[in-house]
Amino acid sequence: MAAIKATLNRLDAKGSPYLYVLPFFLLFGIFGLFPLIYTGYVSFNDWNLLDGGAHEWVGLANYREMLHDSYFWNSLGNTLSIWVLSTVPQLLAALWIAHLLNHKLRARTSLRMGVLLPNITSIVAVTIVFTQLFGRDFGMINWLLGLVGVGPIDWQADTWSSHLAISTIVMWRWTGYNALIYLASMQAIPHDLYEAAELDGASTTQQFWKITVPQLRPTIIFTTVISTIGGLQIMAEPLLFAGTSTPTGGSDRQFQTIALFMYEQGFREFRFGYASAIAWTLCLIIAVFAIANFLLTRRIAKDEE
Amino acid sequence: MTVLANPPATSTEPPAPSKGRSARRSFGFPRRGSVWTYAALLAIVAGSVFPLYWSFVVSSQTSEAVAKTPPVLIPGGHLFDNIARVFDSTDFGKALLNSFIVSGSITISVVFFSTLAGFAFAKLRFRGRKVLLVLAIATSMVPQQLGIIPLYMLMTKLGWTDRLAAVIVPGLVTAFGVFFMTQYLGRAVPDELLEAGRMDGCTTFGLYWHVVLPAARPAAAVLGLFTFMQAWNDFFWPLVVLQNNATVQVALSSLASGYTTDYTLTLTGTLLATLPILVIFMVLGRQIVGGIMQGAIKG
Repeated sequence: MAAIKATLNRLDAKGSPYLYVLPFFLLFGIFGLFPLIYTGYVSFNDWNLLDGGAHEWVGLANYREMLHDSYFWNSLGNTLSIWVLSTVPQLLAALWIAHLLNHKLRARTSLRMGVLLPNITSIVAVTIVFTQLFGRDFGMINWLLGLVGVGPIDWQADTWSSHLAISTIVMWRWTGYNALIYLASMQAIPHDLYEAAELDGASTTQQFWKITVPQLRPTIIFTTVISTIGGLQIMAEPLLFAGTSTPTGGSDRQFQTIALFMYEQGFREFRFGYASAIAWTLCLIIAVFAIANFLLTRRIAKDEE
Repeated sequence: MTVLANPPATSTEPPAPSKGRSARRSFGFPRRGSVWTYAALLAIVAGSVFPLYWSFVVSSQTSEAVAKTPPVLIPGGHLFDNIARVFDSTDFGKALLNSFIVSGSITISVVFFSTLAGFAFAKLRFRGRKVLLVLAIATSMVPQQLGIIPLYMLMTKLGWTDRLAAVIVPGLVTAFGVFFMTQYLGRAVPDELLEAGRMDGCTTFGLYWHVVLPAARPAAAVLGLFTFMQAWNDFFWPLVVLQNNATVQVALSSLASGYTTDYTLTLTGTLLATLPILVIFMVLGRQIVGGIMQGAIKG
């Protein structure tokens, strides 16, 4: 009896950990990893849902077509433009807001919550509200611009104006979140660094650039990489900003991003093979950008020291 | 001479308080916020709140009142009419219910499985533990959006399109949850407590149930909050797979994508879709802010 119990105990101690981590790996494997890898296989096929799921191996044909598709290059350009317009000002603003929040403040929690509020609202809600604010005829932004003699601007109509508007939506939603992340790291910086700097007569601005920013290096890298991964996948904002349910990103595709182009090819044209080729290319682009970003921000932050 | 960061404006103040302030300024960090700090922060918060406030204003007005210059800035008395119109013109009630079912089941499952896996990774010794943990963390960096076509094909095969299972099942576990719980339980549960439990003849699952779960409660609350909000706000995948059985975000997007948009109707929908999250935020905002800041240090 005792022997059986001991064996069971050993089995429990040795085996049960695997049982506990199994659900994660099982579910992730089926619904996360497998689709991602299978996308690669689909991308080498002419796979059209309208043919009843029939498919044929075509090798690199989808990729070749993509490289000659002006819509693809257009969407790539739009994605990069919106990404730069939203990420750079966003992270700089977040740094400044974090710096402001890093004072001794009354109503500290309320201020932090106020800054974070945009982030808890959904992309759909945010985009709808901003689309109305950016309205041509009755939008508040045009009204405000009108007060200083500008406009009215048809925000959806042009490349530059639509990119600016979409970047504003992204910025509004994410700046506060990044500010809180910076704030957390700022609070971990040892105080004596500032005391020493103050003794040496450094101004607060000097302290900010010579102490705060270099100390935040890992966090700045982290936020840049995360913003890049998210920024290159932007899809819901340009889809909803159009105001119609067509995924072309405006009448001239002036704000169609790669992810939106993939969605259009996959779920409107039902060209699964082609859409998968776009997905894998986007994945590659994201990886390249994330690594480049990591190296670049590490270098810049190092130079500050 | 001490370098003062304050603009010359301070020199116009009476000398005594100015002196006191400069004495306090040196060797105190973080510094006390000046009037300018508060002014800037209040302006930023106003900018954060305004779009939401404005959607509330519009949803309480008639359609005619909204198409005016200068725009209306004060709430009117038509909020409940507009809410009734939203429920009349779309199946918004069902969409809200769908969202509650989806977000609720995902939240319970993520918290349960993450705590289970986190317990194993943080407190149990087994072969391949490190490798598996790194694998789990690495998966959180993979952009899920890109596997969406085969995932859709899989759902078609399973016959799950337009069924809530298509959104719930892939969301039952998250790499973030596992990582979060591993970090937390590593610190929160003393090894001695587990050893004592084993001495008393507890099975491993018994330890999980009686020792780990109670200890995990604060972190589980934060993880649950984040998971719920994320599931509630999710849009892309539900849009693809739930065309005729929408969640609230999908219903909202179809409300907004007509050829002539009814401003008041759409923004009332926005308000309704945001309200549950807003209520959670009002009640538990402190924990949410804390959770983000905590996650940042670890990340």
